[in-house]
Amino acid sequence: MDFSYSEEQQMLKESVGRFVRQQYDFDTRNRIAASETGYSEENWKLFAELGWLTVPFGEEDGGFGGSAVDLMVMMEEFGKAMLLEPFLPSVVLAGRLLAALGDARRKAELLPALMAGNLQLACAWAESGSRYNLANVRLSARGEGGNVILSGVKVNVLNGPNADKLLVTARESGAVTGREGLSVFLVDRDAPGVDVRAYANMDACRAAKISFNEVTVPESARLGKPGGVYDALERVFDHATAAVCAQAVGALDSLLRKTVEYSKTRKQFGVHIGSFQALQHRMADMFIECQLARSITVMAAMQLDSEAPWQSRSAAVSAAKSRLGRAIRRVGQEAVQIHGGIGMTDELDVSHLFRQVTGLELLFGDADYHTARFARLQNAG
Amino acid sequence: MNADFSPEDAAFRDEVREFLQNEFPAAYRDKVDAGIRLSKDEIVHWQKILHEKGWAAPNWPVEHGGTGWSPTQKHIFAMEMGLTGAPEPVPFGMKMVAPVLMAYGSGEQQQRFLPDILQSNVWWCQGYSEPNSGSDLASLKTSAVRDGDHYIVNGAKTWNTYGQYADWIFCLVRTDTTVKKQEGISFLLIDMHSPGVSHKPIVLLDGHSEVNEIFFDEVRVPVENLIGEENKGWTYAKVLLTHERTNIALVPRSTRRLRALRRAAASLDDGQGGSMLENPVFSHRLAELEIELKALEYAELRTLASLSVGKSPGPESSILKIVGTELAQRIDEMFLELGAYHSLPYLPEQFDEGFQGTNLEPGGLAGQGLVYLNDRKLSIFGGSNEVQRNIICKAVLGL
Repeated sequence: MDFSYSEEQQMLKESVGRFVRQQYDFDTRNRIAASETGYSEENWKLFAELGWLTVPFGEEDGGFGGSAVDLMVMMEEFGKAMLLEPFLPSVVLAGRLLAALGDARRKAELLPALMAGNLQLACAWAESGSRYNLANVRLSARGEGGNVILSGVKVNVLNGPNADKLLVTARESGAVTGREGLSVFLVDRDAPGVDVRAYANMDACRAAKISFNEVTVPESARLGKPGGVYDALERVFDHATAAVCAQAVGALDSLLRKTVEYSKTRKQFGVHIGSFQALQHRMADMFIECQLARSITVMAAMQLDSEAPWQSRSAAVSAAKSRLGRAIRRVGQEAVQIHGGIGMTDELDVSHLFRQVTGLELLFGDADYHTARFARLQNAG
Repeated sequence: MNADFSPEDAAFRDEVREFLQNEFPAAYRDKVDAGIRLSKDEIVHWQKILHEKGWAAPNWPVEHGGTGWSPTQKHIFAMEMGLTGAPEPVPFGMKMVAPVLMAYGSGEQQQRFLPDILQSNVWWCQGYSEPNSGSDLASLKTSAVRDGDHYIVNGAKTWNTYGQYADWIFCLVRTDTTVKKQEGISFLLIDMHSPGVSHKPIVLLDGHSEVNEIFFDEVRVPVENLIGEENKGWTYAKVLLTHERTNIALVPRSTRRLRALRRAAASLDDGQGGSMLENPVFSHRLAELEIELKALEYAELRTLASLSVGKSPGPESSILKIVGTELAQRIDEMFLELGAYHSLPYLPEQFDEGFQGTNLEPGGLAGQGLVYLNDRKLSIFGGSNEVQRNIICKAVLGL
């Protein structure tokens, strides 16, 4: 076993860390959040130049290697600064799904543009009744005269408002929650019948509710085997889930650091509030939560990069996301509580961090969902 | 970073596993599985088997008879021992007094005491806590007054685990009452067979008396039994406490108990027509504990890895104590609840050798209620979990 970073990982960590410290302070982030697209095109180009957009992809696709540990290193730094650029939805999620399902021609057409920062993608998977079950898809795909007609509604399409193309999960056959019969289609966001209702989530990231009203796409828009994409979909989401855990680890670290600092400067009753044992022990517990969150995230990333059977890799990811969900509740709520009234205000970054981690808590499944998934995988093994 | 054992480590694991399978006596294994306490002679016998193999003291340096294992190998060994149910060495000699002797004892003291600890010829116990000094350990009052070539020791120590078996006790004693409380403490080794030493068992929550009170009445202790310098004992004791904390996460034990809990749950009715493992609430909570164990295991592995690059076990090890003991207690609670009415019989003697009665509980549940009671100690001893939180606040968070 080896817990040290490779030289490349160390460099990646330093490079991303330097960027967020020097070019992504709270005011800058607020300006970006208030802009029309909700992210900085300039930063996106910079990420491309620095090669960061290649990190989630294997060398065979022209990427940096696609290791979960590499991604963890980056996401943690992103999380510390609440980065708004759509790295997770466009590159980690949609990009990897494209890499997993697309044929050589399609990948050659789109992946280089994505990695060069010239293409924005989004994955439309969730529906109003699906909760966190990837297989729960009602949006229908039916063949008609050599084409496919898509009908249905997707929610929480992250980066949907800014995406050039959407990867849409659709049901070709089978029951609503069946793993068989699922396909993924590539759809232009501007295609006729695609109705995008854009909004911002509580973490300031842009999302959309997208209706597909009898949208006609050619058969060639289908990525992967007709009706047989579930396993690939689940694996891509497992990777993205581990990345979200790492992002949360970074954000929780910021929350802990800011809370401890604040308790050393804020005075009440003539003394620093950090001198009260009632608060000290709660900050000690926040520290413990952060350390366990980090440890189990490392575990999940290492398992994803291992040769272990997929069932145990998925179990490792669910273990991590479940544990992160609990850590987020505890550290996030305590950070606001210990800050007191000022922690409630929009003026302070703590409230923004709290909103961010709450978003991450639910994304791809909350603690209960992943505990149950972990239990199912354990009980089956 | 990678999660896989190297081929060497994998081979080592197989070697340890095979050794334990063949050499840990089957009679002892049956007892451990049934929760029966091993006798002093049995524990010593097992320790001597390990010593013959050269594996008695994995954490000692090679020159004193240690193994020279890497942190990963030590982890593998501890894990395999725990999964087999083989008892770890009684810690008071091997893990507590020995590191202090190595760091601060004279060459003569090391020669005199270390070989007998390594070979398990001598049984040690710990003399730290006193009836009125618990978490505030430095307030201790047992006095040692110099009289020629001897100290005259008077006072009482408490919570001495297995003190009834001990040949020797290492004590913190007060040698100066005129200075700050931490600065008047010395580290003294006392022969338990000396005139004036007596002990009284303390019956605990679970009806068993694994701890004792020890009394010193005008006990004469030769000055050559003083470790290091007079009045420096507090410094030495703190070193010991860090060593004590490195092995406190209880990962192997909790791994073994969670597996047993899963097996027991699969075989027991939930009273609603299914097994307890199929009961969604129970299954969910079991999964939460299994997840917590993974987080703890990797927290410990990360600590071990930082040790292997030369960092000493810092205050971060307080995390392992807190999380490890609280997880072990939550597992106990699950066993208690799994047993329902079967957890209630109070038969402390069922774990003693030669118990003639019948166990009332179905397999796997015998006495789990008593384990729950006994393990309340985990968050209290070795520096209570509140003291550990104080350490984190002071040393890590700078509060």
